[in-house]
Amino acid sequence: MEGNLNALTTIFTEFYYWVTIVMMFLIHVGFCTYEVGVSRRRNHLKTLMKNAMAIPLVTVTFYLFGWWIYFAFPNGPGFVSGGLITAHFAEPWNPLMATHLSGVNPGEPGVTAADAAIWHRLNGVFWGAFLLFSITTASIISGSIIERARSGAFWIIAVLIGSVLWILDAAWGWHPQGWMVKLWGYHDAYASGVVHAIAGGAALAFLIVLGPRIGKFRPDGTPRDIPPHNVWLVTIGLFLIYTGFWGFYAACNIPIISPAAIAGQITGDTWTATNIYLAPTSLSAITFNFLMSLSGGMMGGYIVSKGDPYWTFSMGLCGIISASAGNDLYHPIQAMLIGAIVPAICYKLHYYVERRFKIDDAVGAVAVHGYGGFLGVVVAGFMLWGQPSSPYEGFAHINPLGNFAGAVLMFGLGFIPTWIACRILNSMNLLRVPEKVELEGVDFALNHAFMASVSEVGAAEKAMIK
Amino acid sequence: MSTNGMESWAVDLKDIGAIYPFQGLEVLMVIIGFVFWIAWHVIQTRHENAEIEADMAADRSGDETREAIDRY
Repeated sequence: MEGNLNALTTIFTEFYYWVTIVMMFLIHVGFCTYEVGVSRRRNHLKTLMKNAMAIPLVTVTFYLFGWWIYFAFPNGPGFVSGGLITAHFAEPWNPLMATHLSGVNPGEPGVTAADAAIWHRLNGVFWGAFLLFSITTASIISGSIIERARSGAFWIIAVLIGSVLWILDAAWGWHPQGWMVKLWGYHDAYASGVVHAIAGGAALAFLIVLGPRIGKFRPDGTPRDIPPHNVWLVTIGLFLIYTGFWGFYAACNIPIISPAAIAGQITGDTWTATNIYLAPTSLSAITFNFLMSLSGGMMGGYIVSKGDPYWTFSMGLCGIISASAGNDLYHPIQAMLIGAIVPAICYKLHYYVERRFKIDDAVGAVAVHGYGGFLGVVVAGFMLWGQPSSPYEGFAHINPLGNFAGAVLMFGLGFIPTWIACRILNSMNLLRVPEKVELEGVDFALNHAFMASVSEVGAAEKAMIK
Repeated sequence: MSTNGMESWAVDLKDIGAIYPFQGLEVLMVIIGFVFWIAWHVIQTRHENAEIEADMAADRSGDETREAIDRY
């Protein structure tokens, strides 16, 4: 490392991302808690395991190819122009994808001095932060499909969405050199589209192919409510997700960087925090806007749902998601109003889609993440119209059409491949559990084994009473 | 023309102040914030009144109330 300031900056940045990873893990504690709270008692264990096993599966595959996709695919549009970008430091066999101290050993394959200087301390924590976004994206789908989807089917979709599709859209629209940013002026600072809209699109596709839970719809087609078995667990889960989202937001920023390191158009010597596009913002700005959009969502959600705790808290999350695309630049009151209005629309859309198309989304994920993320990106296109999307010369400015097209692309990139994959899984009878198993509860065999163990050990203990 | 007055990042950051959209409308935004807050209380109070009226009209015999007390 050159100089103590550079060393300190690198180590600070390394520690900063490491802390965000730990915080973001709470999102998954929250998702598991929330889903178990929503599911009925005879489905708890499989519900928990379905979500939890997305963590290791996405982790392993994100190490094997997901991280490389982010750096290899920013050229575009799509796959058809510009070709792949060489990114040796993100290849799983590269020494920089392991413990490394920044020098280059004689004969070390695929490591340049320039790559080593940047990535020896940052590769692992950047990878980890992006991985937690990946697991979040996969996990969003999990809750929608509880009590009737096969775990194995979800895990295949989790890898598809978590280690391929979302990171591909991140390369396109959430990368300083992504083609959507360059050509369309796409702006989505805290991932309304790149994480939430794509996950919502994927969840909707899964639900369409999967079908509703038995008993969800009356013979006349009107929906029945299937209440959460434990509202308190649901509430705690959502609060844990809120808490984890602090880490999510912080991880979307570069904490400190000099204009020289950005190498864009910014002049002078003032160091700054930036968004993912390397355009200036601050942690202070996103703290204002995170809390104001959360509050707008909770207040709007309380009114529109008439004080329903499940929807009030979900709408708080939707408030954050709907303002996330522009929360690096909004005024806090703008964030609050967007956070209040968009979730109210999403709430209405959830029930409209449920009634009209017989979609049984057990946790409202399509509404909270899909519609909320989609509309959030669209709103940002208007609110930030004409602002520079990047510190680099020649990039399109932020505009409504670019963000609308981006929102469609994000939702569609989640929807279409997931729909195809689910159709294939369904044709192989791998998507949904049989009706008998659904009625018994997916934990039936596990509960039998549990009760047999309880009886046996109880009998053994009672036999020892003198 | 842009909503925050910035057309490019070819600037020295020490010379830049606010970068949120629609600068100059801060007072209006604060007024809207106050209206939103007060309106929330008004609507919430109406909802709560309706809920309490429904609770008052329910369980005339007191049986369900006794059951609720027993359940703690």
